[in-house]
Amino acid sequence: MPSKAKTAPIRVLIAKPGLDGHDRGAKVVARALRDAGMEVIYAGLRQTPEEIVRAALEEDVDLIGLSILSGAHMALFPKILALLKKEHAGRIPVFAGGIIPDEDARRLKKAGIRAIFGPGTTLDEIVRTAQGLARPAR
Amino acid sequence: MTGVRAPPAARAIVRGDRRALARAITAVENGSPEADPILRALYPNTGRAPIVGFTGPLGVGKSSLINALVGHLRESGRTVGVIAVDPSSPFSGGSVLGDRIRFSRRADDDGVFFRSMASRGAVGGVAGTTREVARLLDAAGFDLVLVETVGSGQVDIAIRDIATTRVVVLVPHLGDEVQTLKAGLFEIADVFCVNKSDLPGSEAAQRDLMELVSLGPKHAEYRIPIVRTSTFQPSGLTELWAAVESHEAYLDRSGERTTGERARLTQEIVGRVRDRVGVELAARLERDATLRHLIDQVVARTLDPRSAAERLYRGRSARR
Ligand SMILES: Nc1nc2c(ncn2[C@@H]2O[C@H](COP(=O)(O)OP(=O)(O)OP(=O)(O)O)[C@@H](O)[C@H]2O)c(=O)[nH]1
Ligand SMILES: [Mg+2]
Repeated sequence: MPSKAKTAPIRVLIAKPGLDGHDRGAKVVARALRDAGMEVIYAGLRQTPEEIVRAALEEDVDLIGLSILSGAHMALFPKILALLKKEHAGRIPVFAGGIIPDEDARRLKKAGIRAIFGPGTTLDEIVRTAQGLARPAR
Repeated sequence: MTGVRAPPAARAIVRGDRRALARAITAVENGSPEADPILRALYPNTGRAPIVGFTGPLGVGKSSLINALVGHLRESGRTVGVIAVDPSSPFSGGSVLGDRIRFSRRADDDGVFFRSMASRGAVGGVAGTTREVARLLDAAGFDLVLVETVGSGQVDIAIRDIATTRVVVLVPHLGDEVQTLKAGLFEIADVFCVNKSDLPGSEAAQRDLMELVSLGPKHAEYRIPIVRTSTFQPSGLTELWAAVESHEAYLDRSGERTTGERARLTQEIVGRVRDRVGVELAARLERDATLRHLIDQVVARTLDPRSAAERLYRGRSARR
């Protein structure tokens, strides 16, 4: 059988940890990634770090995108990174978007979040960054 | 499993290694070479779990029902693998797989495995590899495999080639929809489910379906059950599962499990050969000058397509 592995689409999990009940931004990003040819597993609102990591592993994603507006990012993101590491999946790149102050963003990047997008970021930039993060991981 | 020659990934899957399972699913989806030996080694471990398909129009509550049923099944200690298929975009090839939103299991429950799949261009409501992914879940030891089809508004006919029991999910006031579905409904449905029975009109929908069922092909031993359910005000779920089990019992009682499985596997083998021959022919048509000439003739209207196909077919078998 001819191998189609070369053309395998990037699989990305988009999830919203925390309690804020608004996922418009996450959905817009999900659609933009789909339009760039990715398979986007949309896990929806109010996901616990444990649920997000479990979904990422079951879905065998190349990439995880987190969206957050609630301000709980400093508690939740490092927790997700730690759980991934514990599952020997620390190599799955994680990016994030939402309302995250610069100082927090710096610390989160240090902790291992690979890219952080503020409210003004263009979809184009998000897509290109996501592609760049996912490729070397495979 | 076929002993020592089984690849480590296959052995890991049988041991219950969820990462190995997830990766093998990806390999199967992508048509990667490593999928082949895994599927081969695991095949003897399959054919054990009932594969229950859920099909029906967009938004009728297929995912919500599966979520509720998984809860019900876990309470009785059974383990469940779930495959939820959504369409790929014909334009970008990408997909938003949203069925997981409805899924609310405890993150530490290893008795459940949920996987989203994109249809990747296949028509008929599932991906070309969904059957093999179901096999991986079967081999991994899950007691049941539940498959949600795309739900395009038409009957997702391909679920027939995969599932042992097919549940067609509808909702009240789907009058016209049922009319358009009608043609394929009875070839598909082993169980009808009228979901959203918390909304008005579900008794009427159930009555309409009863009438349709009574007009449909008569089975002496099996009558398609019509169950009303609600996932909002949970009701009918025990009955829905009982209906699935009654169909599974019927399969055993009637011998249809064996004949159905045989028919599905025959289809699968024939389909594989057909695909393979198609790919091979297309490649030869490109590089073989004689064959290109055949097409030239058809284009010039000096040979008709049927005769050209006949020559091509004979030429192919002559060279073997
Ligand atoms: N009133 C009512 N709404 C329901 C019920 N079950 C599901 N829904 C709602 O119906 C909508 C669709 O539910 P899903 O479970 O996503 O339906 P689906 O058939 O999987 O949808 P697709 O996968 O998009 O085809 C959601 O808004 C659910 O909350 C029910 O029993 N009653
Ligand atoms: Mg669904």
